[in-house]
Amino acid sequence: MAYDYEKSIRPGKLPHIWCPGCGHGIVMKGLIRAMDTCELDRDNTAVVSGIGCASRLPGYLDTCTLHTAHGRAAAFATGIKMAKPDMNVIVVGGDGDGTAIGGNHFIHACRRNIDMTYVIMNNSIYGMTGGQFSPCTPTGAKASTTVYGNPDPTFDISKLAIGAGATFVARGTAYHAVQIDKLIAEGIRHKGLAVIEILDDCPTTYGRRNKFRSVIDMMKRLKETAVPVTAAAKMTEEQLEGKVLTGVLYNTEKPEYTEQYAKLIKRAQGA
Amino acid sequence: MAKKVALIQGNEACAQGALYAGCSFFAGYPITPSTEVAEVMSIELPKIGGKFIQMEDEIGAIAALIGAALTGAKALDSTSGPGMSLKQELLGYACIAEIPCVIVNVQRGGPSTGMPTGPSQSDMQQAMWGTHGDHAAIVLTPASCQEIYEETVRAFNLAEKYRMPVQIQLDEICAHMREKVEYAEPGELEVIDREAPSVPPEEYKPYDASKGLVPPLASFGSGYRYHVTGLNKAADGFPTTKAELVDAEERRQIDKIMLNQEDIQKNEEYLLDDAEVILFAYGSTSRSARYAVNELRKDGVKAGMFRPLTMWPFPEKRVAELADQAGAIVCPEMNLGQMVREVERVAKGNCTVAHIGRVDGEPINPGQIIDKVKEVL
Amino acid sequence: MAERYELRFSGAGGQGLITAGIILAEAASIIENKYAVQSQSYGPEARGGASKSEVIISEEPIDYPKATVVDACLAMTQEAADKYAVGIKPGGLLLVDSDFVKNPPQGDYKVYDMPIMRTAKEEVGREIVANVIALGAMIALTDVVKRESGEKAVLAKVPEAFIDLNKKAYNIGFEKVKDLLEK
Repeated sequence: MAYDYEKSIRPGKLPHIWCPGCGHGIVMKGLIRAMDTCELDRDNTAVVSGIGCASRLPGYLDTCTLHTAHGRAAAFATGIKMAKPDMNVIVVGGDGDGTAIGGNHFIHACRRNIDMTYVIMNNSIYGMTGGQFSPCTPTGAKASTTVYGNPDPTFDISKLAIGAGATFVARGTAYHAVQIDKLIAEGIRHKGLAVIEILDDCPTTYGRRNKFRSVIDMMKRLKETAVPVTAAAKMTEEQLEGKVLTGVLYNTEKPEYTEQYAKLIKRAQGA
Repeated sequence: MAKKVALIQGNEACAQGALYAGCSFFAGYPITPSTEVAEVMSIELPKIGGKFIQMEDEIGAIAALIGAALTGAKALDSTSGPGMSLKQELLGYACIAEIPCVIVNVQRGGPSTGMPTGPSQSDMQQAMWGTHGDHAAIVLTPASCQEIYEETVRAFNLAEKYRMPVQIQLDEICAHMREKVEYAEPGELEVIDREAPSVPPEEYKPYDASKGLVPPLASFGSGYRYHVTGLNKAADGFPTTKAELVDAEERRQIDKIMLNQEDIQKNEEYLLDDAEVILFAYGSTSRSARYAVNELRKDGVKAGMFRPLTMWPFPEKRVAELADQAGAIVCPEMNLGQMVREVERVAKGNCTVAHIGRVDGEPINPGQIIDKVKEVL
Repeated sequence: MAERYELRFSGAGGQGLITAGIILAEAASIIENKYAVQSQSYGPEARGGASKSEVIISEEPIDYPKATVVDACLAMTQEAADKYAVGIKPGGLLLVDSDFVKNPPQGDYKVYDMPIMRTAKEEVGREIVANVIALGAMIALTDVVKRESGEKAVLAKVPEAFIDLNKKAYNIGFEKVKDLLEK
């Protein structure tokens, strides 16, 4: 039986703006399934985004949605969560939005370990503006602003999140569609800041410049480079060369920010 | 029982006014000379169950402010020039998305890092035009600690009533000096809360102006699911590029302020009835101007002062009338010519308009004003 | 009392002169219901070197909040005296700490000297209350607020455990000025 996505989509808002072959729609479906799995009350859930293709996602969801300014989603979301800690807060966006212009808000949301879920769609390019390189574009790759090959080193978003203090970090891919909702659901249930990095593709602005002849080629890349953390444990360093680990990469418990603030309130009130 | 009184700084008075108005959320970033606002809020908010968050940067602070405001909180952010420059994009976001919030800018010398502990009034045009795109602005300019307290309450009221970010422009002198402030009793000052929607959730449109220029705003988490964006949008809150919808929304957002000026304007007129030379002054400079008016009157000069408490929207109508009445309007400002441009524009050559500027980190003193007035006469 | 009376407290950063200014402004505005404005130097200036705190007291609302010509000035150090004991009104007064200000700036005003820090150390037992001694002295010299208003404002500001210490300091400062004036 087909999954009922319609109930979670705002009437009349489809078709979406994403290009054929783009993985963002796969991630959106995963997010919808995860929200269903966690039985989130849509009246009490905020989905917040910045600017970019991935950041258009909230507009389609029938919940409280906030499409903010470029890079600032995590900071807007922090305001919502602080002011109303009982609200479920989910941030969605792309790699450029989250780790370049929004890098500061991203790492500080991780540091505070505030109870939100950040789903970051990493297609390693600025798609909406026509394919400029992002902090996640592979070194040497072509983009509209790196026609001679990208000179920049790249960010590993998941490692960045772990280093900055996020307490749940997982990575999936747009190819491994079935896994996406499980990772996001685990992130939603986790108390603290959860980062779910989904390796994604952009056939329109990345693929065609970097010798991927079709969407299928791009999906194949995602399939072939992904190695589940469980399998990686049994592999040699040589075997892992060029591979990307997927699954739950990090999961720990640390004091959550709004709970800590609730304790501060009690102290201030002399309890 | 006697009223609570305290000798407090302008910055503290601002924080106390915010608390009176029902502010329950503060987001900010440390910056001189505004930091005392944040410090007081960090102490007082948790006592009433409110939230204080020191964000990672100035932009994050206004972002968190808007997020919190969307949940229904009355929210305050305080900063100074460099921080205000950083916030400009999101100030525009709050304008187009119509999110009530209050931002205090304690002006200091500039541009750039400038003179952090030196007084200034050089962000007056930025307050209106700093963010890109056409928009309206409400900017208040109180001049004493008591007035900062009361005008902060008014700032929240205007923010809530008109679904707008409201800016309070202080200067270092007003912010740091200490004066006695009488705290208002509950109910003594008007406190306005934003209008919540009366329609059922399925009929709610966050920008539906069919019942008035300011549509009701539902709080996130109150049962209304809707979309907020910084894109040009239609009444339902969703992005549109349809020319007629974009045009109507843009114009409504400016009209809601410009057509309600009688409610928003507030000025003090000091000895204007027979005034032949009028000082147009605001903030701490207006205190020097009042001193100067009194001295000039002793010398037989018919001087008076017009002091806007609402600087933007600019009090065009009244200033135009005064330009017809007086021989000269003199504008002392701690900048090299900002609000004087508005006075000149509105005066339309009907009187002499002169400026006294100062940007050396020292206040404009009464003597400077008296000399200029005598020169103009 | 004059329509507008201006006082300046100056000394080294950390000597508590800003607090002394605040207490005087509280005595005038909160206790005696006059008008008062207090302001001070800020930033690096307030932390080292010479620092100042100004108080304007009036029976009428105060417009210009900064000092114009000061009626009374206190200087606890030579540096502060050189920097801030300027613009004193003809007929005004300057009080200096005689151990630290060897060359008080001269002008058309009276100069009083008193070993303020030494008094704090030797007669009260704590250098930290030098500012309160100075406050008592300045109030005695200027009569800008009543003696008991000053004392009340001082005591409202300090923790319970330090009430006696500060009461003593304030009154020693006040009494010493009376001795000076009788000389």
